[in-house]
Amino acid sequence: MNSVGQGYAAAPVPRRAAKPEVWLWIAQRASAALLAVCVLVHLFTIIYAVRHGLTGEAILGRTRGNTAGLTFYIVYVLAIAVHAPIGLRSLCQEWLGWRSASLNWFVAALALALFVFGLRAAWAVFVAPV
Amino acid sequence: MKNDYRARNHPAWWAFLLHRLSGLALSLFLPFHFLALGQALQGEARLDSLLRWTEQPLVKFAEVTLLLLLAAHLTGGLRLLALEFLPWRDWQKSLLAWAAGAALAVGLAFALAL
Repeated sequence: MNSVGQGYAAAPVPRRAAKPEVWLWIAQRASAALLAVCVLVHLFTIIYAVRHGLTGEAILGRTRGNTAGLTFYIVYVLAIAVHAPIGLRSLCQEWLGWRSASLNWFVAALALALFVFGLRAAWAVFVAPV
Repeated sequence: MKNDYRARNHPAWWAFLLHRLSGLALSLFLPFHFLALGQALQGEARLDSLLRWTEQPLVKFAEVTLLLLLAAHLTGGLRLLALEFLPWRDWQKSLLAWAAGAALAVGLAFALAL
């Protein structure tokens, strides 16, 4: 047997739980893929809204009771609440040198705040009665 | 090689900087956006008064800038996803130009619609 590599068993790879950084990387990419669709729809929605009336009455007339719109923006808000804090975390680490555990608490609080206030905004526009 | 401006003066580095700064700007804008939309909880008139405030030229300019940044973050992000997840092809070298062009087109469409 003279081929290189033959006759050797692959070294066993120890099974370890993925590090939090790996999960954050996956979450950042998965939310990015979702946001790619959401932002595109949002951009078209913005241009549609601008062309079809930007008064409170016109906007709420189109949105109130629109279940599909509400569902879409709940998904959008969720993706933002995952994506933006992870991006800001990288920025804080690389540009500010903030690498202590307090950064993770800050990022988690930011994610929660974005989610709650984003849902509140979606509720206000799509559900709440005038 | 020293990590100075010579290492950074490259289209890919400028794309990285634009992606990061646009992400930062959008993150800073989001809380205000959510709070503004939340005004609808207090009724149509409250939302209306806010929308009238956005009629000012400076606010309109800020809106176009933000939309341009959102489009740039989207196209720049799509470029990154393509680079990371698709097998390397020569056409990916042109992604920077496509990303910039698409972002500008969206910004222009919005500016013209305003």
